[in-house]
Amino acid sequence: MKIAVCIKRAPDSETRFRIAASGTGIDEAGVKFDISDFDSYAVEYALQVTEKGGGEVVVISVGTDASQETLRKALSMGAASGVLLKTDGPVFDSMAVARALADELQGGGYDLVLFGKVAADTAAGAVGAMTAELLGLPCVNSVSKLDLADGRGTARRDLEGAAETVEFPLPAVVSIDEGIARPRYPSLKGIMAAKKKPLESKPAQLGDVRVKIAKMELPADRPPGRIIGEGAAAVPELVRLLQDEAKVL
Amino acid sequence: MANILAYAEARAGELRKTAFEAVTAARQLADASGGGEVHAIVFGPAGVAAKAAQLGKFGADVVIAVEHERYANNDPESMSATIAERAKSGGHRYVVGVASQTGRDIAPRVAAKLGAAFASDVIDAKVNGDALTVRHPGYWGKVIMTLEVTGSPTVLTYRPGAVTASENAKEARAESMAPAADPSASRVVVKETTQGAKGRPDLAEAPIIISGGRGLKEAANFKLVEDLADAFGNAAVGATRAVTDEGWRPHSDQIGQTGRTVSPQLYVAVGISGAIQHIAGMRTSKAIVAINKDKEAPIFKIADYGIVGDVFEVVPALTAAVKAAKNS
Ligand SMILES: Cc1cc2nc3c(=O)[nH]c(=O)nc-3n(C[C@H](O)[C@H](O)[C@H](O)COP(=O)(O)OP(=O)(O)OC[C@H]3O[C@@H](n4cnc5c(N)ncnc54)[C@H](O)[C@@H]3O)c2cc1C
Ligand SMILES: Nc1ncnc2c1ncn2[C@@H]1O[C@H](COP(=O)(O)O)[C@@H](O)[C@H]1O
Repeated sequence: MKIAVCIKRAPDSETRFRIAASGTGIDEAGVKFDISDFDSYAVEYALQVTEKGGGEVVVISVGTDASQETLRKALSMGAASGVLLKTDGPVFDSMAVARALADELQGGGYDLVLFGKVAADTAAGAVGAMTAELLGLPCVNSVSKLDLADGRGTARRDLEGAAETVEFPLPAVVSIDEGIARPRYPSLKGIMAAKKKPLESKPAQLGDVRVKIAKMELPADRPPGRIIGEGAAAVPELVRLLQDEAKVL
Repeated sequence: MANILAYAEARAGELRKTAFEAVTAARQLADASGGGEVHAIVFGPAGVAAKAAQLGKFGADVVIAVEHERYANNDPESMSATIAERAKSGGHRYVVGVASQTGRDIAPRVAAKLGAAFASDVIDAKVNGDALTVRHPGYWGKVIMTLEVTGSPTVLTYRPGAVTASENAKEARAESMAPAADPSASRVVVKETTQGAKGRPDLAEAPIIISGGRGLKEAANFKLVEDLADAFGNAAVGATRAVTDEGWRPHSDQIGQTGRTVSPQLYVAVGISGAIQHIAGMRTSKAIVAINKDKEAPIFKIADYGIVGDVFEVVPALTAAVKAAKNS
């Protein structure tokens, strides 16, 4: 099976963010970057499928040259090759990113195209479904369990307070939720091997970009925490505050 | 003046709370752009039209019901095709939804079909001449981004709970529409929708969430959390990743960076340390209560009401006190 995984470079979640002087981006100084959370689950899942049933995993990223490192990490986990669709800066237009990805995926002969359910930075959760539409492929989003057999997929999608079981034919686009696979750490051997794996770079075909970043800011701080008491003795005071102050009781 | 198409979510023929939020948001956007009509589109099995009529109370001028037996479950392929078709024929300036799991699934497809600009998980939107300026949390909610979106139509989803559904009565005209694509021909088929715990609201709808962490020690002790939720009566139950990893609760209950993002009126953290990845999913809650035996636990840095103590002692006492308060 030939599987493409679309991965994005994103800051590590432990990062303390500062806003860049421009006011339209984060200050990247001292920030660690990695494969965006859900995309790394997708890479891991794809590797497990091809290790069991044969085939290969291709990783694709739209981004600046800095995303080479992100693709290289996926190669060191076990992906066969990578493609960087190069941009001059970050892109916040989901449709533009989807256009660039669809342009690359078209005609690639993939049985399955995987996405993360949402990217850490944009938090849009849109690029996978848009790419599927552009490619005319069936699409299942936010999948926490996926079985593939005989050219078909069966997936579980969590809804709020409910879950769906869906069936679909391959080729298809699937976006991955947590719970499907825990990403491996690259082995030393993997890291060495990755240095020799093909990593192609070409300009991204973004088309018309209609969503632009105007400003980034840190959210208002919550008021500092307050401890109201210890043990069960504090419960009456809590109930009073929930009634009189928070007005939720 | 701009007419707006609102996607009003239903599940198994019942409108969801997000449906009222979508219509309220669309009404606000229509009013902000100099007035215009709100057309709400609803999918469901036969009978959903009758239930959808109440959307007029929230500001819908037209309620479009698309009834089909397949719509007892979601059918994103034909639903998104139908919304796109209606947006095209209606010349709508905006298509508005709510970023629930279903809204997030449908809206990007509609945008792609329309070739429309798209903004997701919006907390507020301002009409700015020909452009739309939206604010939207990114980077796990640690950064608020302001985005300028140009092009007509524009598709946008609001963050669940960002708009409070409010009544703004209109005399809604009822229309019906046939699916624009045959649902029986969809390639992706929902075989089954299993409902979670009955009788308790779910995480997307509940005004109060009681969440449990590893401090509960084992799965059976989640009963403490459930009992407290039941005492409030309108509370959902959430969990940390430590808990879903252990299999004490399903992954769908997980709150945080890789789980759900919630903004309830009240969030009660029971035996939760308050790791940065957990806080990412609940820091926008109105009020936060934390119960933890370690007074240095990071959760206390953001808790409006912290109690240092043993959950096995404090939670039953709180459950009893809430019950008493409800009955008085
Ligand atoms: C990439 C990534 C993504 C992640 N995503 C998420 C996510 O989405 N959601 C999430 O929740 N986590 C997530 N995590 C995990 C997160 O870092 C923490 O490990 C997790 O939130 C801890 O869960 P906890 O608070 O239940 O457990 P712990 O950190 O073990 O805390 C248990 C707490 O219970 C207290 N306690 C123990 N016994 C008692 C008692 N008897 N009475 C009172 N208090 C008691 C302890 O003092 C402690 O503070 C993620 C981590 C990574 C690396
Ligand atoms: N620049 C990008 N390069 C490669 N894949 C991307 C890019 N942006 C988004 N994706 C994929 O689309 C998913 C959803 O992203 P988003 O719609 O931005 O939340 C991500 O998890 C990735 O799998």
